[in-house]
Amino acid sequence: MTRSQAFLLGVRALLPMHLGVAPFGVIYGVVALSAGIPPLAALLMSSIVFAGSAQFLLAQLVGAGAPALLSVGAVGLINLRHALYSASVAPLLAHLPRRWKLLLAYLLTDEAYAAAIPHLLENPKSPVAHWILFGAGFALWAGWQLATLAGVLAGSLLPSDLGLDFALPLTFIAIVVPLIGSRARLFAALVAAAAAVMLAGLPYKTGLFAAALAGLAAGALSGEKR
Amino acid sequence: MSWWPLWLACGLVTFAIRYSFIALEGHYKPPAWFIRALPFVPIAALTAITAPELLLVAGRLQVTDNPRLLAGIVAIAVAARWKNTLATIASGFAALWLLRAFS
Repeated sequence: MTRSQAFLLGVRALLPMHLGVAPFGVIYGVVALSAGIPPLAALLMSSIVFAGSAQFLLAQLVGAGAPALLSVGAVGLINLRHALYSASVAPLLAHLPRRWKLLLAYLLTDEAYAAAIPHLLENPKSPVAHWILFGAGFALWAGWQLATLAGVLAGSLLPSDLGLDFALPLTFIAIVVPLIGSRARLFAALVAAAAAVMLAGLPYKTGLFAAALAGLAAGALSGEKR
Repeated sequence: MSWWPLWLACGLVTFAIRYSFIALEGHYKPPAWFIRALPFVPIAALTAITAPELLLVAGRLQVTDNPRLLAGIVAIAVAARWKNTLATIASGFAALWLLRAFS
C-alpha cells in the first residue's frame, strides 16, 4: 500500500458519514448564529474546537450567558470519550514524529476513529497506516468546515427532515457489527448499549463515556486473549 | 465580547484529551488490565453512541412503534451477513423510509 492509497482508503471509509455529518454541520451553523455568535466566530469554532456535539453545547452555553469556566469544563466532559480513542491508536502511532502525532490528535474524532480503526487493525504493521487515519480525519474535517459554512450562509433554507442524521448510527453499525467476532466482544457491546441507554439522562453526555467504560470492563473481565 | 479566549480554551481542552495517550505512549507502561481492555474500545465506544440513537425516542426508551429501532435491526442483520458499509446504510435508510411511509 502506498501513502496515497492509504490516504484514499481513509477518505473512502469516511465518505458515507458525510450524509449524517453534513446536516449536523448545517444545523450547527444555524444554532450558533441564533445563539448570537457572529458568523466568523461560528466558523472559527469549527476549526479551533472541531468537535460536533461539543460545539452545539458551547453555542448553547454562550447563548445562555454561561460562565466561561463552566463552558470549558462542559466541553471537556463531552469530549472525554476521545481519550479512549487516543489510547486505542497510541501504540499504532508510537513510531511517528511529533508533528504527525499532533496532527492526528487534532483530527481524532468519533467519525475519523470509527472509519479508520478497522483498517488500522487490519494493517497494524504497515508503515503508511497513519495515512489511513489522516485520510479519514482530513475528509471529516473538510466536510465539517464546508457544512458549517453552508449553515452559516444559508442554514435557514434547510430542507425538511429526511432523517439523514440516521446515516451516522447506520455507519457505526456497519463498522461495529463486523468487529464482533467473539462472545467477549458481543458481551462488551451489549453492556455498553444497555449502560448507554440507562445513563442517557446524565448531563454533558457523560453517560456515553461511562457506558463505553462499562463495555470495556465487561470485555476485559470476560477474559478474551488477544 | 471577544470569542477568542473561550474558543481557544475549549480547543485546547479538546486537543489535550485527544493527544493524551498518544503523547504518553512510550513514556510509561500502562497496567495490564488497561491493555487488556483496549481492543474493546471501538466496540464499546461506538455501541455506546449508537444504541441510544436506536432505542430512545425524545430521551425515553421506546421498543414498540419505533421505526429507527426496526431499521437499525435490519441494518445490523445486513452488516452481520454481508459486512458491507454501503449495503448496511442503504438497507437501514430503505427500512426507515418504508416504515415511515406505511405507518
